[in-house]
Amino acid sequence: MCRLTDSCKITTDTDSLRSEIRDKSVRVVDVRRRDDYRQDHIPSSVNLPLADLLSDDSPERVQKLIQSLGIDDETSVVVYDDTFGALASRVAWTLEYLGHSDVTLLDTTYSNWKSLGLEHDSDVPEVHNRGHSVSLQPGILATSDYLESAKERDDVILIDNRERLNFLEQHIPGAISLPYLTLASRDRILRPKGEMKRLLENRGITGSSEIITYCGSVGTLSGLAYYAIKSAGLPNARLYVRSFKEWNNLQKPTAKQEDASYWDLSAE
Amino acid sequence: MRVSELDQSMSGPKKPKIDWSRMEEADNFAKTVKLFRQGKYDDDSFRRFRLQHGAYGTRMTGDYAMVRIKLPAGEVYPHQLERIAQLSEQYSIGSAHFSTRENVQLHWVILEDVSEILRALAEVGLTSREACGNSIRNVMCSPMSGVCKDEEFDATPYALATARFFLRNPMAQNLPRKFKFNFTCCEKHGMARIVDVGLIPQIREVDGRKQRGFKIFLGGGLGNKSYVGHQLEDFTLEEDLLYTSMAVIRLFDRMGDRKNMARNRMRYLVHDMGWDKFQNLVLKERAIVRATQSVVTHLDVDKMPDEIRRPIRISDQGGSATPDGYARWLKTDTEKQKQSGYRSVFITLEAGDITANQLKALAGMIGDFSAEGKARTGFTQNIALRYVHEDDLPLLYSKLLEVGLARSGALTMAVPIGCSGTTSCNLALTNSHRLAKEIQRKFLELKYDEDDDLRDSSIKISGCPNSCGQHGIATIGFFGGGARVGKDMYANYQMLLGGRSDGEARLGDTCLRVPAKRVIPVIIKVIELFKANKKPDDDLKSWIHRIVNSSGDTEIKTVADIKKAVGPLTIPPTKEEDPDFYLDYGSDASYHTKTGKGECAA
Ligand code: SF4
Repeated sequence: MCRLTDSCKITTDTDSLRSEIRDKSVRVVDVRRRDDYRQDHIPSSVNLPLADLLSDDSPERVQKLIQSLGIDDETSVVVYDDTFGALASRVAWTLEYLGHSDVTLLDTTYSNWKSLGLEHDSDVPEVHNRGHSVSLQPGILATSDYLESAKERDDVILIDNRERLNFLEQHIPGAISLPYLTLASRDRILRPKGEMKRLLENRGITGSSEIITYCGSVGTLSGLAYYAIKSAGLPNARLYVRSFKEWNNLQKPTAKQEDASYWDLSAE
Repeated sequence: MRVSELDQSMSGPKKPKIDWSRMEEADNFAKTVKLFRQGKYDDDSFRRFRLQHGAYGTRMTGDYAMVRIKLPAGEVYPHQLERIAQLSEQYSIGSAHFSTRENVQLHWVILEDVSEILRALAEVGLTSREACGNSIRNVMCSPMSGVCKDEEFDATPYALATARFFLRNPMAQNLPRKFKFNFTCCEKHGMARIVDVGLIPQIREVDGRKQRGFKIFLGGGLGNKSYVGHQLEDFTLEEDLLYTSMAVIRLFDRMGDRKNMARNRMRYLVHDMGWDKFQNLVLKERAIVRATQSVVTHLDVDKMPDEIRRPIRISDQGGSATPDGYARWLKTDTEKQKQSGYRSVFITLEAGDITANQLKALAGMIGDFSAEGKARTGFTQNIALRYVHEDDLPLLYSKLLEVGLARSGALTMAVPIGCSGTTSCNLALTNSHRLAKEIQRKFLELKYDEDDDLRDSSIKISGCPNSCGQHGIATIGFFGGGARVGKDMYANYQMLLGGRSDGEARLGDTCLRVPAKRVIPVIIKVIELFKANKKPDDDLKSWIHRIVNSSGDTEIKTVADIKKAVGPLTIPPTKEEDPDFYLDYGSDASYHTKTGKGECAA
């Protein structure tokens, strides 16, 4: 499977996507809100608003949803959003978790796609239901129970992708802070591989460690980080998809930065 | 668009003339951090290395650093501010801090990320090199240099050339202690007498020719013990500027105290030796420097005047009403330039803090409104847009209003300075940073910024005796400490009166200790005393000046009289009467003092 190899493809660039669209060899998924999609979108794309997916992301429902979008086990899927790749990542991860391995992220946002002058329209393609199997991939998921025991292990690195202030105020004990905004480069949702590797290596995120990412609530920012880690060639990543919100609700232990009135320097 | 603006041609964004950066320093920093974490570097040498590259430690933790970005002469370009904004979101807390020495600081940066910041800064020509440590710190220049009505010539090119000459210069890599240059425009805008080397531009007739030069002041500085600088000679010719600077640094390097950390700034050397002797040594050393430079060493002063071109208004909003508060803002945040039709606009921040979004908006406004296409950081934790055409001021005001940057008071006493205090500094005893903000909010509410009698006065606050908040030169200054009632501690400040940094520079006299939660009422009381006792043409500054010189002739004659009058306000209540009294500003935990190893950060 793709994700076990170093050369795993995480993103699709604009040129490749355009030719795949011409060849009709791809299913493009727009995860923005319904209204935005209706206005205009990348030609031939279908709409799967993230909120819709999250309203019930049980495997059975997700299976039905993607079948209705004309995605079968072999379909090559490219996902895009207009939120620096975070929403797209969460959807891509969900597909991956279901067992769909051929899914990548458009390497830029829809706004940027448009500002590059690339084609877009408001046509809604006709799609036919396809059959998709379910073969769950628990190896990319971290639940709170899993995390609780895993984070004691030496070979596990837990990454908090929220903004620095949130982290300083409260975080899961043992986590390191890697705000999602560090992951992008200019007009790409993820830094080029070399730069990503350098960023992670500086932070000691290397080798064969298992890396678990989390963010504030639904695993979007940390979904992007999940793909960032894979893009740097680190194969062993998991997403704590229910993230800090669940952790807090379960009243699990948290830590904070002591002895500093850092909030004073924050945006008010 | 107005017809008069049609004939102005479009010009691209201005690019900086000087690249201060070296990309390889970022790689080197990353490598060194790794070696340090592997234990291959001892704490002390790593610390020295880190400081030399502009990264401070952060209060009570080894994981975080503060990166201090140098802006020599305070100059900063729109794309550089945009980059700083972006870095603050990526690696810091989504806001940046303008310091009192024309640096911009990013706090709460993970030490391992510092190299990424250095790299990104290098891409836009900025550096943090030698922003900390025992080096030549950011070379300052008055934000009014080049536009000040009272200046004899613009010192900016000299400040830039000095910064360029000494940055990474081997002679300044291992000084006994930090070393600071301040260039200024005129006596009033000051700051030349409270620094290691302070310079005021002068034009004199020498050998029948009008020549440029400087009044140079040596050995001043603020700290645990502060001194006012001495004037080296009547007039120092422009071509002697570099030789003089080199001579002073060589002397300091040779004779400065390298052992006693608390007394190794140059001002102690000057003080211990006596001014006459030091002056003599400098003049002799200068003669040697002048004679022994094998190739002629000179400052590379770029005297090409900057291009001034008023940006084109894309859309004219003429006709729409000027928003409320404009007149107050115009009065308290802007200053007329010597160039007719233009003003400099000072942005009122709160203790120097600005959010990433505000920085980005500001970057856009510089391009849209400043005819010089860049901005200048100021002496008081702020930033100025200069060369804004008078006709464009109302529109600029409404743009600033949109992003919360149109507060009034930047040029008045209502906007105090506060060092970082317990928000990040290891040595801090109190939250001076927050106190400055609280005072500002209260005084703007009371409209003190509009009171002409208060305009030229200042309030400056440090979180400990170390003076990063420059309390010694404030009309009303404060430095933090702790005090207790029984076993209960509270944040307390020493109040000083009558400091100033202009032509009559002097350090403030201590008055009394004021609990943090009583600072605001005490200042208000001092202002009331002034109003009741002033003479018709007094302002607060001149009135206090008279009192510290014990020549008041009304009811309030001396500092002791002020002390007596405000004293009752400073008596601590019991914890039962007023629990809030025992909390410092910005904290909901009971107050206690706690400090770590100092690296001193403003
Ligand atoms: S050392 Fe400087 S920055 Fe720190 S509290 Fe003291 S005066 Fe403020």
